[in-house]
Amino acid sequence: MKPFDSGCCGGSVEQGKISGSLLIQPSMEEFKKTEAPIDPLKDHDKPGYRLCSFVRGFLKTDVGLIPRVKTDLDKSDLLSTVMIRAGIKRHDYRISPGLYAVGTPDKYSEVLVTANFKLTFDHLRRELNGLSAWILVLDTNGVNVWCAAGKKTFSTHELVNRIKTVSLSELVTHGRVIVPQLGATGVSAVEVKKRSGFEVVFGPVRAKDIPLFLRNNRKADERMRTVTFSFFERLILTPVELKLIVKPVLITAIVLFVISGIGPGLFSISQAGSRGLAAVFFLFAGILSGAVITPTFLPFIPFREFAAKGIISGGIFAAVASIFFSPPMAGTTALMGLSLLTVTSSSILAMQFTGATPFTSPSGVEKEMRRFIPAQAVGLLSATGLWIYSAF
Amino acid sequence: MTALRYLKQVSTLRLNEDLCIGCGLCAQVCPHQVFTLENGKAGIIDLDACMECGACVNNCPSKAIEVHPGVG
Ligand code: SF4
Ligand code: SF4
Repeated sequence: MKPFDSGCCGGSVEQGKISGSLLIQPSMEEFKKTEAPIDPLKDHDKPGYRLCSFVRGFLKTDVGLIPRVKTDLDKSDLLSTVMIRAGIKRHDYRISPGLYAVGTPDKYSEVLVTANFKLTFDHLRRELNGLSAWILVLDTNGVNVWCAAGKKTFSTHELVNRIKTVSLSELVTHGRVIVPQLGATGVSAVEVKKRSGFEVVFGPVRAKDIPLFLRNNRKADERMRTVTFSFFERLILTPVELKLIVKPVLITAIVLFVISGIGPGLFSISQAGSRGLAAVFFLFAGILSGAVITPTFLPFIPFREFAAKGIISGGIFAAVASIFFSPPMAGTTALMGLSLLTVTSSSILAMQFTGATPFTSPSGVEKEMRRFIPAQAVGLLSATGLWIYSAF
Repeated sequence: MTALRYLKQVSTLRLNEDLCIGCGLCAQVCPHQVFTLENGKAGIIDLDACMECGACVNNCPSKAIEVHPGVG
């Protein structure tokens, strides 16, 4: 269900009469003169609908009422950010597609195109503090701009249709929309021009560069046009990586307990427990190495192939883990088997991360997989063999 | 950031300079600065940085660029 439909709520906020394509919002004092303070919940809720908490009122325009959004994030926005980052998708974090406003935009104001994923939308509006602009939200099924452009939901077709359904040509006179550069995979500027008459200007990769981009007369310099993948950007992806592997990890852990019970007496429950714990310990070392440490320290680990990086990092983790289980607690064969388990699972998980980065080419990933999957299979089989053998 | 690099010589990006009209859109949309524009023609200066996203292909008005992710 859509939480809020921008066309269904009444409102009577007069549009501020300020011209110029880019406005610095008046101070709060001045602002109050043009607009009576409203209580969005009281004034605009309707049975069956609830106003989004980021809407602070409505602008009356030639194309109807347009919700005006806040540029600061409140507690519920931050909560949803944490939830999404942690991979917990309790709700569908979608924004209703269509037009929104920040500040007091008019027919000369820029139109910023974005996706209807709440994080993307929040990210954008947060950077627009003090500006006046229109935001045109495309329907990407709640997926961010880059991923949606790759899947062609953030597309020429969707943009052209959305421009028409919101009657954008009646709202602004400059005939121009600003599309985030990462949307270029899905949006063809030439096609959009041909089919809608609107000129597409590709904006910066990161929303936080938008104010500067606008001040520079819509010119993005090389820095603004280049994708980064910083330590923090990598770190923030790891919870989702972990969430994705919960199920296979649980299954692997159960399998490990079972094969740990195999021994001279065919099968022993107590042995399954004690040896199983050791095996799971080494599995977790591999997970930490492959799904957290390798991704975050990516450029500092030698080799270009992620699977190879995972082997290096997994080797270090295996060595550290072995300290806890050094002989006589476990024999050399057992430690070799368990170390191999750590190294191999680290390699597999590190290779998994190729799918989450903004610089790995599909052709490269394919090449890496062809090379490393056989090695990883051999690694897993050998680890299992050594581990079972060591029980006898 | 010093640009992160993936495998060498695997990108399937190809540029046909004869078709290129030098509009510069490819250089503008590429998130990895793979292209340069010299003497009214695009040129590939950093093939290994290409992630085969297809943004350049999608925006080239003269179909001068090709990329085939997944068949490398
Ligand atoms: S496919 Fe993407 S990364 Fe490669 S050159 Fe084109 S725009 Fe740049
Ligand atoms: S987009 Fe196409 S025509 Fe334009 S400069 Fe690049 S290769 Fe040449």
